[in-house]
Amino acid sequence: MLNIVRERLRQGHRTGTFPKEAPKLPERFRGLPTIAQNLTPAECAEVAAACPFAALGCSDSQLQIDLGRCLFCADCPAAARGALTFSGDYRLAVRKREDLLLEDKAHRLADKLDKRMRKLFGRSLKLRQVSAGGCNACEADLNVLGTLVFDLGRFGIQFVASPRHADGLIVTGAVTENMKGALLETYAAVPEPKLVIASGACAIAGGPFRDSPEAHNGIGDLLPVDLYIPGCPPHPYTALDGLLRLLGRL
Amino acid sequence: MNPSRVIRLRHGACVPLAELPRLEFSSFRNTLLDEVAGEARVVSLFGHPGGEGLDLYAVLARDWKGELVLLHTRVKESFPSLTPECPQVHLFERELAEQYGVRPQGHPWLKPVRFHQRWVKGADIWGRRDDEHPIPGDMDFYRVEGEEVHEVAVGPVHAGVIEPGHFRFQCHGEEVMHLEISLGYQHRGIEQMLRGGPHPASIYQLEAAAGDTTIGHATAYSQLIESLAGVKVSLRTHAIRAIALELERLANHVGDIGALAGDVGFLPTASFCGRLRGDYLNLTAELCGSRFGRGLVRPGGVQFDLDPARAETLTQRLKVLAAETRGAIELCFDSPSVLARFEGTGRVTADDAEALGLVGVAARACGLVRDVRLHRNFGNGETRFDTPVIETDGDVFARGNVRRREIYASHRLIDEDLKRLPAGEIRTALPALAPESLGISLCEGWRGELVHVGITDAQGRLARYKIVDPSFHNWSALAMALRGEQISDFPLCNKSFNLSYCGFDL
Repeated sequence: MLNIVRERLRQGHRTGTFPKEAPKLPERFRGLPTIAQNLTPAECAEVAAACPFAALGCSDSQLQIDLGRCLFCADCPAAARGALTFSGDYRLAVRKREDLLLEDKAHRLADKLDKRMRKLFGRSLKLRQVSAGGCNACEADLNVLGTLVFDLGRFGIQFVASPRHADGLIVTGAVTENMKGALLETYAAVPEPKLVIASGACAIAGGPFRDSPEAHNGIGDLLPVDLYIPGCPPHPYTALDGLLRLLGRL
Repeated sequence: MNPSRVIRLRHGACVPLAELPRLEFSSFRNTLLDEVAGEARVVSLFGHPGGEGLDLYAVLARDWKGELVLLHTRVKESFPSLTPECPQVHLFERELAEQYGVRPQGHPWLKPVRFHQRWVKGADIWGRRDDEHPIPGDMDFYRVEGEEVHEVAVGPVHAGVIEPGHFRFQCHGEEVMHLEISLGYQHRGIEQMLRGGPHPASIYQLEAAAGDTTIGHATAYSQLIESLAGVKVSLRTHAIRAIALELERLANHVGDIGALAGDVGFLPTASFCGRLRGDYLNLTAELCGSRFGRGLVRPGGVQFDLDPARAETLTQRLKVLAAETRGAIELCFDSPSVLARFEGTGRVTADDAEALGLVGVAARACGLVRDVRLHRNFGNGETRFDTPVIETDGDVFARGNVRRREIYASHRLIDEDLKRLPAGEIRTALPALAPESLGISLCEGWRGELVHVGITDAQGRLARYKIVDPSFHNWSALAMALRGEQISDFPLCNKSFNLSYCGFDL
């Protein structure tokens, strides 16, 4: 017992100061991209064609990036040309799919839920997580939110064991053919009104498994989505920021 | 004449297909059984449609000699199953049946593996239709009948934030008589998507084959592509990959010990380790920007260098973490109430482990000396890894203790690697892949041995890519471990293996 107390003192207090203070992320962390328009139309088209996941595009020869498809990878053909740089900004989550299309305008972060929904969920949000054909990295970094560093519980948010106890689903994975049925049944088992959160590139648009014959391109065609959390996988602070914005706590 | 082709393997190897003799099936079968009866084990067995029929390739490892044995044969619609005499191929044969519709005659447990659409058109051996997607979990589960016998079905959606899988327990009261595990829910078709490659998307799909083993799978893939391209990467590349692999091992092992402590209700270690796991992930992010090592390992090298300042930061942070990790873990392993729950629970015998062909932590906890780091060291053959961690009891304690000792070993390994980081380029350009060749690569991921095999066509494109994640072998061990245990000990046993669903499902 004494050893436990001694070790507890030695390990110290570790819960982060988020959201009062912004977290300090590693220098090489790749967050919100900023676009520099320095490409000719031909170069723009070339760069767009080089992204294996069609995250880059050109509209009127202006470079666009779809944060829903982007894996925030270190091999970005646009970044190699200096047309795009990844900043250290982890705040990425949005409410609408089209808000993930980034040009050189400011990124529109997630709005809070309407008044009625905030009254219901603002102080207590119970989520059922469904893993539907990803790689388990998204799940791992959602699990991390439960550790004492993030301490999700202090915001009134909790992952629960049954859809019957849940206010919504947080879905990860591209939705494999083999998980489609279970995902839809779990959704049906959540009482109304309910929220759906798509966490990670797979759930938003198929991620690295885009256009696989054995998987769908995320949950967009299957369920109405209330919050998109981009990333492959999303940083825990990206997910936490999105959840708190949804609840109007940021 | 020895009908097999033997190669010495360091981190990757490449053999022209023309040098691989095609054996009669009986000779293939006898050689394989003889090898396994001797000192070899099956690390991979897979098919690839040939001119007429299905080409079968078997890769066996003679661990102590650091040698691989390659066998090649061709079968038609059916072949006599090897499983009754060599149980470690049971899943490989089921996989062949599901992918190509060939029947291993006399297989005692012939059921689908991943419930995907067949890879070739024609009759399905289970009578499933070509135009309909199979239904996951649609098979005859093993049943025990009798008074007071009951069946418990769990999943695919589980109670925690974990991956999907389906478990059927045959219970008598609390006691589990048999557990059958049915997976495939995470099947994304990775091997099929890799065909015709390497595609620009391939490396990302490999990094996401099993997210917690990003470095492991990316390294195995890169080694394979490098050996098919005939490229030797620098010692510096090997060292950075080795450091990243050990960081991956640290994060996962520390997380697992925390989870084991949590499952027996010992919260101090559970809490401390949960935090420490994140800190190890952050060290990987320090290296490459991603907590899971995305973007670090690429065919031909690594994408991020470890400059001296960064190496120093890693050394210093690791020193602090090492002390805190030791404190957190020893607390749990010093506690009699924890040990009482760990010891003797979920036991797998060494004989069963050997028969099932277990690898990694699960194998080393049963006394089997299987560690790719030992037999197939990196780079110039100079090995810095000479003491695999071995426990002999095969229970939850042994699997936990292997992790605990490996954590301390990883601290030392990384520290040494950081001190003597060789100079050199970190990335080499890759020429085209050798046509009509077979490449093999092995890598010790944190869970165990990762085996990647690639066969190229006449244009040097990947015609077949075969991945074996350690979970492929080891899920059967979890089913064995549960026999005679209480069903309430399932979470603890499951956590002690911590196997990958997506790594198995691919």
